[in-house]
Amino acid sequence: MMGAHSAAGRRVVGARRRSRYPGSVAESVFESLEPLLPRVKKPVQYVGGERNAGTKPWDAVPVRWALCYPDAYEVGLPNQGLMILYEVLNERDDALAERTYAVWPDLAALMREHGVPQFTVDGHRPVGAFDVLGISFATELGYTNMLSILDLAGIPLHAADRDTSHPIVLAGGHAAFNPEPIADFVDIVALGDGEEVVGEITEVVKAAKAEGLSRRETLERLAGVPGVYVPGLYEVRYGDDGTIAAVTPTSTHAPERVHKRTTSDLDDWPYPKAPLVPMAETVHERMSVEIFRGCTRGCRFCQAGMITRPVRERSPQGVGEMVEQGLQNSGYHEVGLLSLSSADHSGIGTIAKDLADRYEGTGTGLSLPSTRVDAFNVTLAEELTRSGRRSGLTFAPEGGSERLRKVINKMVSEEELIATVSTAYEHGWRQVKLYFMCGLPTETDEDVLQIASMAHEVIRAGRKAAGRGDVRATVSIGAFVPKPHTPFQWAAQTAPDVVDHRLRKLREAINSDRSLGRNIGLRYHDGQPSLIEGLLSRGDRRIGRVIERAWRDGQQFDGWSEHFSFERWVTAAEAALEGVDLHWFTTRERGAEEILPWDHLDSGLDRGWLWDDWQDALNSEEQDDCRWTPCFDCGVCPTMGTEIQMAPPGRVSLPITPVEQRRSTPVRNPALAADRGV
Amino acid sequence: MATRTTKAGEAAHPSAPIVEKLRMRYAKRGRARFSSHRDIARTMEWTLRRAGVPVALSHGFSPHPRLSWIGAAPTGAASDAEYVEIGVTEHLDPLVVAREVDAVLPEGLSVIEVVPASPGALADRIDASHWEIETPGVPDELLAPALAAFHAADEVIVERLTKNGPKPLDVRTAVAELRLTLTRPDEPEAPEREDRARAATCGRLTAVVRHTTPAARPDDVCGALRAVAGLEFPEPVRATRRAQGRLDERGELIDPFATDRAAPTA
Repeated sequence: MMGAHSAAGRRVVGARRRSRYPGSVAESVFESLEPLLPRVKKPVQYVGGERNAGTKPWDAVPVRWALCYPDAYEVGLPNQGLMILYEVLNERDDALAERTYAVWPDLAALMREHGVPQFTVDGHRPVGAFDVLGISFATELGYTNMLSILDLAGIPLHAADRDTSHPIVLAGGHAAFNPEPIADFVDIVALGDGEEVVGEITEVVKAAKAEGLSRRETLERLAGVPGVYVPGLYEVRYGDDGTIAAVTPTSTHAPERVHKRTTSDLDDWPYPKAPLVPMAETVHERMSVEIFRGCTRGCRFCQAGMITRPVRERSPQGVGEMVEQGLQNSGYHEVGLLSLSSADHSGIGTIAKDLADRYEGTGTGLSLPSTRVDAFNVTLAEELTRSGRRSGLTFAPEGGSERLRKVINKMVSEEELIATVSTAYEHGWRQVKLYFMCGLPTETDEDVLQIASMAHEVIRAGRKAAGRGDVRATVSIGAFVPKPHTPFQWAAQTAPDVVDHRLRKLREAINSDRSLGRNIGLRYHDGQPSLIEGLLSRGDRRIGRVIERAWRDGQQFDGWSEHFSFERWVTAAEAALEGVDLHWFTTRERGAEEILPWDHLDSGLDRGWLWDDWQDALNSEEQDDCRWTPCFDCGVCPTMGTEIQMAPPGRVSLPITPVEQRRSTPVRNPALAADRGV
Repeated sequence: MATRTTKAGEAAHPSAPIVEKLRMRYAKRGRARFSSHRDIARTMEWTLRRAGVPVALSHGFSPHPRLSWIGAAPTGAASDAEYVEIGVTEHLDPLVVAREVDAVLPEGLSVIEVVPASPGALADRIDASHWEIETPGVPDELLAPALAAFHAADEVIVERLTKNGPKPLDVRTAVAELRLTLTRPDEPEAPEREDRARAATCGRLTAVVRHTTPAARPDDVCGALRAVAGLEFPEPVRATRRAQGRLDERGELIDPFATDRAAPTA
């Protein structure tokens, strides 16, 4: 494809429009796909045509991106990261971007039978014809799907087997902060925020095509882009004990360490401007506005909070403009104000009030995912739901006992929790959801059983506050998975049977008091999938063989319980690993000196600080938030040249419709308004 | 409900009342034919909001737009004649509503006509559908004897999977008319899709089907031909609903909007 960009390739064929950037054939495969669609489930997910989606002419740009979310369309379509990059790239004159998602097995089988390749839903072009295939990994559970996608696209699974005719396979997203398990399958990795780096990658690919560079030369040049890691330019050696002895660059173009990218000033990046509105049902049927990025609460289990520092807030005015523009462009009736802890935005009180005032009476719901456990959170929720739905409120104490909450640095006392849920029940909520984790470092059975007494107390207090007996609480529990670039990166993961045992005991404890237990719902998943997630999270390059083996044995869609097979993974790990095993990668505690597979990838966090924070955790010592207390030297700002960006105080100031003239939609269409008068 | 006080969990500002109902005929074609009824309902709600149409909302805990749907074409079938009734909170020019909504509908969905609702339920004016069914791989010559067998039968039972398991469905009774289409109507199908070799082996049926419960779908009609004549369809058939309405004595469908169009405007 890249080699075709020569004088000879620029000839005009027949009456066809002259191509500025001819490339490989990228005709739509929809003709061959369409007859297969009546035979599969939910065919609408494969046809594209979402509101605000669009295609650019193939030969009008030099660089073509296929953006992939490696899970089902219903999960991938609402993904904010992909939506942002889709717009950012399509706004460029020198690039186009189309989207592709994992194909369910029913269609995949028919595609193989009829020779239909992995396609984009925008232009239904073969993924193999693009210059870059950018895959966003929100979790490690998309790794097997990546192999299915590469295979269906006709792209060699191993980066080493690819040539200039194949796309550059790029991994991004949070899971990419340890891409070592997929190092054999991807060509490049982008660390951190993507808004700027995709442009720089575009520039390099454009130049590489124009100059006719070889694949190796192209990859070496890409290694020079800040934030871009080229796994193929590094060699990993192992010691006799199975740990990593050294990770060394094999090319002068590859830096010793690769540093993550950080997008500063979110107001300069008001994306997505026009949210994609699909016809198919998806998991988030609303538009989202990211009100800030990063989090310094310092919850020690939380990889997202650690790798996205520092906090960068969007201004209230910027939030307001994005909400308004998004509603006008989409017609959605729900707006989510997203971040890792939305109640923490310094201007959230004003933002909530101004948006609630602005959209009251227009059938628009506002929501704010927040895990904070305090009365302010309830006040905010009340403000946002004053004219609409008031379903459940969610709080996340995460740890069952006070001791454990100190270990994980989730500072909330039981009294605070009870006071908070009482306020919620008093103000009309009938249901609260409580999120916890099981399998945390130092956890005992007793810590987990305290979740039961806490839930009982919540119901007692709730009945009193609400003055009625029918209040409900749902306790939702996830198994803890230690993640790279967190203080718990050294921790032993708890074995699935221990987690399952504790959760069984918890269920008994909750139901030991029938009068309270009947108002408490308990939701949890068994611990086995989490162990595999742990393997993929903290694995090194040797895990690539396990992933490939599991996939060849039929494993994919790991995030879906009906497709997940623990046995298949165990078998694959036994077959593909030598000297080390599944438990070595998961339930083994690491020492201070051990080289971790991701140590050469820099999230900005100082390794010494992380270790100290890990030791503090073991001593149940808490760590404050640097937004409100002095800097505690986690290392991110000085290493990355970034700083905390709090929004200046301000309001959402936009033209406002008087309440009596409001209608059930925030969109004022002059064509229809002209008709009103009477 | 003479007095209403705002209770916890209820909207403080209930939606304005319905002042008028509009009836919309819309089409789903092309790629949009793969959408289900739920997909279209959701899309239409967002589209009406985006177009600025003041749709009335229901009261209560979880307000939803006041839309009434008339039996939707199945997933995979195209249609030029789908219907929805929309409760709005202001008097609106139906022509403007049609234009503005059509402008923001996703590709494949389009507004055919909007009329103000005259008295009488829309559902009472619709009891049959006119379908056109393309049968790739089964030319007219093969369809013709199967049609003869179908017409000769008193009943043709096919099994239809419903929520409560398989149900026998008598397609012969449901079908008011079934014949070869023969003359090809000019239609806005993409010309590049007109694969000549394929067209030669693709038959075309016209069917007028009464709305029984469960409704006999184009697939069931083909299933009936399989049942009476052993006809096999190697590829999925492509069906398009051309019209809905009430079947008159002559076997013609009466346009359900005829009464609305004739009524004096409010």
